[in-house]
Amino acid sequence: MIIEKIAKNLVLKNGTIIDPHRGKTYLGDVWVKDGKIAGVGKVEAPADSETIDCSGKVITHGFCDLHVHFREPGREDKETLKTGARAAMAGGFTRVCVMPNTNPPLDSPESINFIREKAEECPIHIHPIGAITKAQGGNDLTEMGLMHKEGAVAFSDDGLPIQDGAMMRIALEYSTLLNVPIINHAEDECLRAKGVMHEGIVSNHLGLSGNPDLAESAMVHRDLELAEFTGARLHVPHVSSEKAINHIRRMKSTNEKVTSEVTPHHLFFNDEALKSFNTNLKVAPPIRTERDRLALVEAVKDGTIDCIATDHAPHAIEDKETTFDLASFGMIGLESCFGAVNKVLVQDEGLLIEDVIELLTSKPRSIMGFEPNLFFVGEEAEITVLDTNKEWIFGKEHIQSRSKNSPFYGESLIGQVVITISRGQMSLI
Amino acid sequence: MLQQRHLLGLEGYPAEDIQTIIDTGFKFREVLDRPIKKVPSLQGVTIVNLFFENSTRTRISFELAQKRLNADTVNFSATSSSLKKGESFKDTAQNIEAMKIDAVVMRHPTPGAPKHLTEFIDSVIINAGDGTHEHPTQAILDMMSLHEKFGRLNGLKVGILGDISHSRVALSNIFGLIIMGAEVTLCGPPNLIPPFIKDLGVNINYNVDEVIEWADALNVLRIQRERMGLGLVPSVREYRAMFGITQERLDKHKKEIVIMHPGPMNRGVEIDGSVADGDQAIILDQVLNGVASRMAILYLLCGGKSSEEGAS
Repeated sequence: MIIEKIAKNLVLKNGTIIDPHRGKTYLGDVWVKDGKIAGVGKVEAPADSETIDCSGKVITHGFCDLHVHFREPGREDKETLKTGARAAMAGGFTRVCVMPNTNPPLDSPESINFIREKAEECPIHIHPIGAITKAQGGNDLTEMGLMHKEGAVAFSDDGLPIQDGAMMRIALEYSTLLNVPIINHAEDECLRAKGVMHEGIVSNHLGLSGNPDLAESAMVHRDLELAEFTGARLHVPHVSSEKAINHIRRMKSTNEKVTSEVTPHHLFFNDEALKSFNTNLKVAPPIRTERDRLALVEAVKDGTIDCIATDHAPHAIEDKETTFDLASFGMIGLESCFGAVNKVLVQDEGLLIEDVIELLTSKPRSIMGFEPNLFFVGEEAEITVLDTNKEWIFGKEHIQSRSKNSPFYGESLIGQVVITISRGQMSLI
Repeated sequence: MLQQRHLLGLEGYPAEDIQTIIDTGFKFREVLDRPIKKVPSLQGVTIVNLFFENSTRTRISFELAQKRLNADTVNFSATSSSLKKGESFKDTAQNIEAMKIDAVVMRHPTPGAPKHLTEFIDSVIINAGDGTHEHPTQAILDMMSLHEKFGRLNGLKVGILGDISHSRVALSNIFGLIIMGAEVTLCGPPNLIPPFIKDLGVNINYNVDEVIEWADALNVLRIQRERMGLGLVPSVREYRAMFGITQERLDKHKKEIVIMHPGPMNRGVEIDGSVADGDQAIILDQVLNGVASRMAILYLLCGGKSSEEGAS
């Protein structure tokens, strides 16, 4: 993949334009001048403009992922903001939110500022999510107000669920001051215990210790109740179980401030895949049964789930080339995201491509309060061009991340990102 | 005369009695300005100050009020009490009363303790603060200070800023101000404002700048450092940035607003030193009015003549 500066005048010609903000699909061109949208549809660009033929391709908004781990500061050997930004562009993402479980964690206005300054050098927009508690210790509230002023767009102790219900209440209450989402990785540590995969018949077969769906659903239920009580905004990340979905669906019927996300891997795999003992499938929360997977698809269809987020979690090779019990939790997911969700949701489940694009663009943007109207003259160009029908086999060569821990190797995916335009730069596969 | 025998709290307290106390307080304020700051209004009356919790200013204020009225006083503090030897609250109270006393001023860490005391003894009971429940004499001195400044309480817009959840000062002020027809807006970190308190008829606004624009007066509460350890307040600088009454913030508003503080202050945390010492602050007037209003309360509950005679 190459990333280059875009021409002064660039025209993406004859594409199928999908504008998720306006809900419109039509044939036309997109003209980018000096990195900004200069025209969409019928455009009158100068004759010497650089043109790229996009016939048969979809031109849409750049994707937005509100859940990635870029490991900087602390584990730059796994990922940095720069390498993560490359992985994002490879996956069609022009805007991401980075989780704060770095070393040291993003738990102060100074560390938020560090990310914001470093992000300036990257070809995509990177927004920091601040920690909820100091050192992600689960006990003391961080300086959320000052962190928000420095650019924190949400708060989360991702990876370390807030076990103490009173602490979660305090965090939710305090967040109402700023009207930003609280994102709690929902897993009851006592119920999860030493579980390394979903507790079920497959974990029994494999002899691996199980992590029951209750560990997720019990905490999701607690968080939903607390969100309703406090009037705060709650975003439930990486929902994995039918039980949790049922709670969210019920609460969303009366509380519009609740939102949720699902990962590509929870939509793509079920726990049968773990029979390979592939440690790249070891994630938290775990990949669950086919029944849970289908419940997640259903939740996407009926709007219980608001968006797709990758939970891109790079790990060093030595963290994964080990026995299943010792391997780290997490997988990378930016590069394989579109091909995986497009395959599951459009080809297998019959959703429209427009629906899938919304889950990757306007919906996550509106959760985080980012501008959702991108095809607007004068707006900075954040564009993704997709070959939605292309079948391809995912391989190591498609990875731009500094880490390689993907379980998608050898999987046939449908739909590929061809071009990503962001911050005056363009990536081409 | 007041309609209630005791002063346990301001919840449901008659508005005309609050007004009587304030009016009488202004009479005693004049006494305090005299060269000889003493009247014999409570000559022969014996008052016990029962302090089960540490207090500096409230206790000194009550003691001075008693001495100015020529009452006989005895002090009791929990640190030197027989409670340490295992005696019950009830026995302690009844023993003290058996020595023929007329009134008890009590501070206790448990909400409802003064009410409890009325069930054991016949003396007049004045609540000098019961846990996070009420601190009626503080609210009365606050209202007297507002009255002094504005000439009225009815229709006044008062902001109360800080840790509302753990504040007896806030609760008594809310009860008193609403009874007197003032409008109250609470402000502070959302986790320090109880969600149900709206039912008392107050507004809640977490934006301190909006409250400053709205209010005639702002009562700035002490943010207790011990709250910081409980994870309720992230840090001093965060509190200051979000809620601190800093000079910079007040200057930005270019607005006349009266600043109050019940003390003790954390300068540089909830209030800047220059604000506390500035023209808009009436913090030391509050302290003086504390003595005058407590004289009025003691006089009206234990002496029982009209305000004219008491101060003469």
